[in-house]
Amino acid sequence: MAKKLLMGNEAIALGAIRAGVDVVSGYPGTPSTEVLETIAKHRRPDTYVEWSINEKAAMEVAAGAAYTGARALVTMKQVGLNVASDPLMSLAYIGVKGGMVVLVADDPGPISSQTEQDTRHFAQYAHLPVFDPASLEDAYLLIGEAFAYSEKYHTPVIFRPTTQICHACASIEVEDGYEEHEIEGFVKDKKWVIFPRLSYENHIRIIRQEKVLGDVFSDFAYNRLQRRSDTELGILSGGVSSAYVREVLADTRDAVRTLEIATPHPFPEKLALEFLSGLTDVLVVEELDPVLEDALLLLCGRHHLAVQIHGRHTEETNIAGANHYENVRAAVDVFMGREPAAPARPVLPPLPVRPPVLCAGCPHRGSFYAVKTAMKRQKQKAVFTGDIGCYTLGNAKPLDMVDTCLCMGADITMAQGLHRVEPDSKHIAFIGDSTFFHTGIPGVINAVYNETDITVIILDNSTTAMTGHQPHPGTGRTMMGNMTEKVHIDKVLAGCNVKCIKKANPLHLEEAVTAVTEAVAFPGVSVVIFEEPCIALFKSRPKLAVAPDVCIGCRRCINEIGCPAISVTAEGKALIDGNLCYGCDLCSQICPVGAIGGMEK
Amino acid sequence: MKMDCLLAGVGGQGTVLASRLIAQTAMDALGLAAHTSETIGMAQRGGSVTSQVRIGNGPCAPAIPLGGAELILGFEPAEALRNFPYLKKEGTVLVNCRPIQPVTSSLGGGYGLEAILSYLKQQAGRCILVDGDRLCRAAGSGKVLNVILLGTAVREGLLPFSREQLLTTLEAHVPKKFTELNRRAFEVGYDYEKAGGNL
Repeated sequence: MAKKLLMGNEAIALGAIRAGVDVVSGYPGTPSTEVLETIAKHRRPDTYVEWSINEKAAMEVAAGAAYTGARALVTMKQVGLNVASDPLMSLAYIGVKGGMVVLVADDPGPISSQTEQDTRHFAQYAHLPVFDPASLEDAYLLIGEAFAYSEKYHTPVIFRPTTQICHACASIEVEDGYEEHEIEGFVKDKKWVIFPRLSYENHIRIIRQEKVLGDVFSDFAYNRLQRRSDTELGILSGGVSSAYVREVLADTRDAVRTLEIATPHPFPEKLALEFLSGLTDVLVVEELDPVLEDALLLLCGRHHLAVQIHGRHTEETNIAGANHYENVRAAVDVFMGREPAAPARPVLPPLPVRPPVLCAGCPHRGSFYAVKTAMKRQKQKAVFTGDIGCYTLGNAKPLDMVDTCLCMGADITMAQGLHRVEPDSKHIAFIGDSTFFHTGIPGVINAVYNETDITVIILDNSTTAMTGHQPHPGTGRTMMGNMTEKVHIDKVLAGCNVKCIKKANPLHLEEAVTAVTEAVAFPGVSVVIFEEPCIALFKSRPKLAVAPDVCIGCRRCINEIGCPAISVTAEGKALIDGNLCYGCDLCSQICPVGAIGGMEK
Repeated sequence: MKMDCLLAGVGGQGTVLASRLIAQTAMDALGLAAHTSETIGMAQRGGSVTSQVRIGNGPCAPAIPLGGAELILGFEPAEALRNFPYLKKEGTVLVNCRPIQPVTSSLGGGYGLEAILSYLKQQAGRCILVDGDRLCRAAGSGKVLNVILLGTAVREGLLPFSREQLLTTLEAHVPKKFTELNRRAFEVGYDYEKAGGNL
């Protein structure tokens, strides 16, 4: 036993190790990534951990392991579950032997995601139990409960932390050791083969089991009912919102009955009925969709309870975004019939906006600029389809090189659809190396097979950068610490019958522009692979500096590439911040008067 | 005791390490519960980031309420101001007054440094401005502003720890090869007036 300062994702990881997890797979995605990384770091020698190429592969790897009786964990972010939904929906019918936990991190806000989708709905849709921790302390223990319930009821379960759980830290008591369990091994049986007749029978079985589990969860220690009878008012909350409700009530000292739900599905109806007994009004505090609120409304309807439910449907709580003290406090104040406490919101002097940007020295800046320059020189109308990763930041001015971004892998396929309707335009798709392996390859095959004239730019920086530099098939490293044979992107493309494959260094501007010009001129599918590692993978090259007596103050370096290391002095000259510059040398290739050069050490 | 502290800066400035060191010291030296909440994800690429530290036992949600922070450690002036609504009425801001111009400013958006600093000086209960560039040069690295600011905060009594207590955490929790650099950075921050870092 020791008290440690742990990030939520680390707490979940140590909780999974404590539960004796045997096989862990996943695909990186904020805010879920550190769970798998922490297990890889602290695992028992016989625990297997991998970054899979995508969430569907990860889900199936974990399911296979769980079929043997091993305990398996698969991790992803909420949009990753969309990719993995095919195996999950079927797996819900088939079930598992060893405990299988599907960790899906939701991102209210969203802080770093395309959508604010609510995985609790996915759990309802797939008829799977879902665990929703209210605190980091709970998360550490709850993941073990999730394995136990999965194993006991032979069903995969979803574990759904949110950003404020995943990326917060707390001092947590960590226990040594781990649970031991026997792994029987895979036993051949017809129950593992999904067929229509079996699915019909299993459908009935899992719906009946949902009812049973709802009752079981009514006695679950993490669904916390505060039994007080001196009030007709109640607050129902779930996940991290429960922590805000507690903090608000500690300040307001309101006399209300509270129920905190850690298992939104199957909803613990018996416990909720006990909570509702004698109440006239209930405020529901949750993030994203009104999942608990709907469950409560349904329960009141079925039991003819005259309880007024306040929440999302009555627009008394947030429609979107994360919960914080202020909005929960305001909702509680209104619910209690008070004027909402209004925190002072001082009028501040004007502030510069500071959106995230490509790092100084990022090779993607060179790639985008080369494509932009090539199209400008050709006076060629072009649409640039983007994808998910650091390079989505190529949308910012002055580069302005991302015209679309939808989901993982969509750049290559959407370019094809755009080109079908607008064949006179060039369609250039940008995809990172990890995203290429994730869902990019089928799009390339689709383009080749259907003879589409598009150009794909592969931004190969030798890592999965946005989520914190995870390895992928092109890196030749695995999460078990092994070196493996690299999967070469150019060979994959050649195997897909791509006839025009060019490679260039994106930081050598003219070389890069030539490669793009030639590829775009090629009729059919063409690819440029820009190979240059992410700056996080190596030490800075010699930094650059501006010679102020040579600089003519034309601002070309700033207006063309928008490097965060370059600013303008009061005298109107360019200035390079030596702390940020990584010596990529792109600016010196753009400066019309040669004012930028290597700095003397 | 209970204390909420907010660290505001630009992705890459090291706010995460600083908040973890504060939380770890609260646990190790004072035996208190500690919670932190940090910006992780896309904003880490040069965007606005905050780290929040909540020290003390009792109900504790991840984020600090508006007007709840005793202290704002501003790694950058505009980011300190952006988070000013989180400061308690009589709270303290400790700010590095050297701006990091965002690309949007360089492209013509402007950056009103004077207005930002004078607002902080007038409106905060207590406002300490330091020259982060100068202190970083004294420490010998542009990457240690985070530990320098911790040094100054401890010196000014803004954190409930002694110099020794924070140094003990540094020794135990910063990778060995950076211990010496960080110890030096902490001392430079602690003696910031001697290094000419006060403004």
